[in-house]
Amino acid sequence: MGWVRRLVPVLLLLVGHAALAQDRVLNVYNWTDYIDPKVLERFTSETGIKVRYDVYDSLETLEGKLLAGNSGYDIVVPTAEPTFSRLIAAKALLPLDRSKIPHWSNLDPKLMQRVEVSDPGNRNGAIYLWGTIGLGMIPERIQALDPGAPLDSWDLLLKPEHAKKLADCGISVMDSAIDTIPSVLKYLGRNPESTDAKDLADVERTLMTIRPYIRTFASGGAVEALAGGQTCLSMTYSGDVIQAAARAKEAGQKTVRYVAPKEFAALTFDMLAVPADAPHPAEAMQFINFLLQPDVMAAITNQVRYPNAIPASRDAITPEVRDDPNVYPDTASPRFFTVRATPQAADRLRTRMWARFKAGH
Amino acid sequence: MNRAAVLAPVWLWLLLFVALPVVIVAALSFSTSIPGVPPYTPLLQAPETSNYALLTDDAFYLNAALKSLAVAGISTLFCLLIGYPMALAIARAPDRWRSLLLLGVMLPFWTGFLLRITAWIGLLRDEGWINVGLQAVGLPALRLLYTDFAMYVGVTYAYLPFMILPLYARLSRRDPALEEAAADLGASPWTAFRTVTLPLSIPGIVAGLALVFIPAMGEYVIPELLGGPGAQTIGRALWNEFFSNRDWPMAATVANALLLALLLPMVALRARQ
Repeated sequence: MGWVRRLVPVLLLLVGHAALAQDRVLNVYNWTDYIDPKVLERFTSETGIKVRYDVYDSLETLEGKLLAGNSGYDIVVPTAEPTFSRLIAAKALLPLDRSKIPHWSNLDPKLMQRVEVSDPGNRNGAIYLWGTIGLGMIPERIQALDPGAPLDSWDLLLKPEHAKKLADCGISVMDSAIDTIPSVLKYLGRNPESTDAKDLADVERTLMTIRPYIRTFASGGAVEALAGGQTCLSMTYSGDVIQAAARAKEAGQKTVRYVAPKEFAALTFDMLAVPADAPHPAEAMQFINFLLQPDVMAAITNQVRYPNAIPASRDAITPEVRDDPNVYPDTASPRFFTVRATPQAADRLRTRMWARFKAGH
Repeated sequence: MNRAAVLAPVWLWLLLFVALPVVIVAALSFSTSIPGVPPYTPLLQAPETSNYALLTDDAFYLNAALKSLAVAGISTLFCLLIGYPMALAIARAPDRWRSLLLLGVMLPFWTGFLLRITAWIGLLRDEGWINVGLQAVGLPALRLLYTDFAMYVGVTYAYLPFMILPLYARLSRRDPALEEAAADLGASPWTAFRTVTLPLSIPGIVAGLALVFIPAMGEYVIPELLGGPGAQTIGRALWNEFFSNRDWPMAATVANALLLALLLPMVALRARQ
């Protein structure tokens, strides 16, 4: 569970506080299971900067802390939509000092351009890792209940005739209105950024038709649920499923697979950013510069199985990860889309609808 | 004078850690949400009542409150039904056993609350111990996790000691001579329990009911971890306002409403006594 893993670094943070006061330090706040620990060791040995590493398992936790102010963190890794752009709007981030980040030139300009919908001019963040939102599944269990089911299509989740058959082996949907609604809008042939009340009502109607067959709305637990056999179909982030697949394989369980459906899939970007009130901004810039090196990023991708935005790292990535189109999709394909932030009033309508959907009435 | 000095730390504690937070939350509920750090308009500047209007206009909050009422009510009832015989058994046990049995009731508190609730996931899930056991004896597996049932089990389990301890405190002080006298006068054990033991333990029952019902009403963690998606309790509604909508003023409004809903009946009850 995320909170157990979270506790250990927090304790270390408390213990280390007094002893390390004289040293240069960097407080990093990142997603759980989202770095190669050896990379941190290397950073410390190269720069002498001690890293205090703390983790979160939901964007809400990150956002709650940053909006309260004085979080004490120097590096955070918000997802571009919604959190990164909202933090920019709240003036909670420090614009990056690119003169201190010469390795910035390693970033893939096409991917960075995609993030400009959230951050015009790429002033506040560099892409750390990215992924797609699609379907995680255990094909063997699905085929047993629904022979001939379209495993590569959104129909598998969003058509009640399929969802109904899969209810018995368990369907989960990520507990995130912001990540789910654009894909459903797109499925209905609407603009995925639509804030139109009628479009939202159609999304709600579509979701309600599959609501009886959804077992759980997972946020952090999607990986455990899928790997543990609680669910057999899960709408979630690509990397989560790819990690679940690795765990299921280790445990000798049924094959878990990730599919970026053939129709379309939303891209998500996790951004390296610095809070406006970071106590060690210079060390933060140094850390970002360190991460943007091809061999460092390759090590991280090999460990966590999410693609990065440093094209020069490709050769150092293990073929198993690099050559899997579900891990490393071809983002030039038009089926991948990004959405920009919705206004707060539209957010409220969406979360309200989401609450009704979850409650099932 | 002397008495005031003795009570001063108590008052200071209540002022700092009870009254002040309540005042801040109350002030926050009249503010409005904006993008920024912190994400709300300055407190007490242009107070708004729109949050309270939303609370009554949107049926979502009332439904959540009713769901919490059901969860807290049913779980409290289970706690009483399970806890009363346990408390009575401990109170009637020989002296040397009593402290050991009480220790048994409190021992789970030595481990983390979240850990114990997470352990129930392992027990209740489809391929968990309970279903493995059921299937081993030829019974069909049951859907247990992510249901209302799992939520009642979790809340009952977590709060049972809060029912047992006040009941035990009351029952252990009963005079055994009273029950003996009832027996001597021809009362069956059941009649003696019904007419002597039970009425004498009512203050313990009331204390236990309050200790379980009140925290269970605002419970967030157990419905989130064990309950089904339909179980939108008021605790989860509050969490959603704070974290998903980033609407701290609305979250404060829900918190205030919950506080008033629990406090007013208690104040009314005290006034009647």
